[in-house]
Amino acid sequence: MKARVFVTLKPSVFDPQGQTIADALHSMGYTGVGEVRQGKYFELDVSAPSADQAKTLAAEVADKLLANPVIESYRVEVE
Amino acid sequence: MRFAIVVFPGSNCDHDAYHAAEHVLGQDAEFVWHKETSLQGADVVILPGGFSHGDYLRTGAIARFSPIMKCVAAFAREGGPVLGICNGFQILLEAGMLPGAMLRNRDLKFHCEHVRVQVERTDTPFTSLASIGQVLRLPIAHGEGNYYAEPDVVDDLEASGRVVFRYCDERGQITSDANPNGALHNIAGICNESRNVVGLMPHPERACESVLGSADGKLLFESVVGALAVGGQSP
Repeated sequence: MKARVFVTLKPSVFDPQGQTIADALHSMGYTGVGEVRQGKYFELDVSAPSADQAKTLAAEVADKLLANPVIESYRVEVE
Repeated sequence: MRFAIVVFPGSNCDHDAYHAAEHVLGQDAEFVWHKETSLQGADVVILPGGFSHGDYLRTGAIARFSPIMKCVAAFAREGGPVLGICNGFQILLEAGMLPGAMLRNRDLKFHCEHVRVQVERTDTPFTSLASIGQVLRLPIAHGEGNYYAEPDVVDDLEASGRVVFRYCDERGQITSDANPNGALHNIAGICNESRNVVGLMPHPERACESVLGSADGKLLFESVVGALAVGGQSP
């Protein structure tokens, strides 16, 4: 089973990389793009008896390692 | 006095820390590989600077799971002095031994320069010989030193006097211009509640001899040697 984990900075945390990307897009003429937030994306091959258990496992991994709960939050999808 | 200097894959200030402890201070220093499960009777533990595990995922995120970190946490719980320098500080944050996290520097640049920090607390083993308000000139070299924590955590750090070092200008003024990375409240270094675990972004181990441009960092090493000699205890 494949689990996808999306890690993003919490809304309260300033993202200088996202800001720089937004500035670049604006200088390229993409005025329709507002704020940009950069995050991380992980694909995990998971062995689990059910999608629910795969999701639980991926969430545990995200909690322990993939995301730092001080500055980041995450979302898990299982296919 | 026995210094254990933990070596992770990618540590690159381990030899500087060893040199400061062994040759400048004349103490016993030992390298301890991160896969070891004993600190070999150390009196002081140093987590050195560098790029452990290539800074993959987040700085310090993988190193915190190294086997030796369980020993470091146990050593700290028993009151043993632990100093995390730069990447070592980042590892202590990831391990939850100090609160908060590091973000990319606000200007996204890697800063490699000398800065000044003010010592705000002398009740840690690593600042016991300093005076409050003393300004130290120390080098920094990091891309992720922008200290961040939730507002209530920062308030608690301030209220409990756990900000040990703060970026300042030559006159000791805490200004935005003197802040190299955007760290909240100009925070350059903090300690834990028991005050025996200290983390800071500047590199005192690279500033222990005047030939290197500054000998101000020696104060941290002399302080811990002095504190242990006075306390006479090691865990």
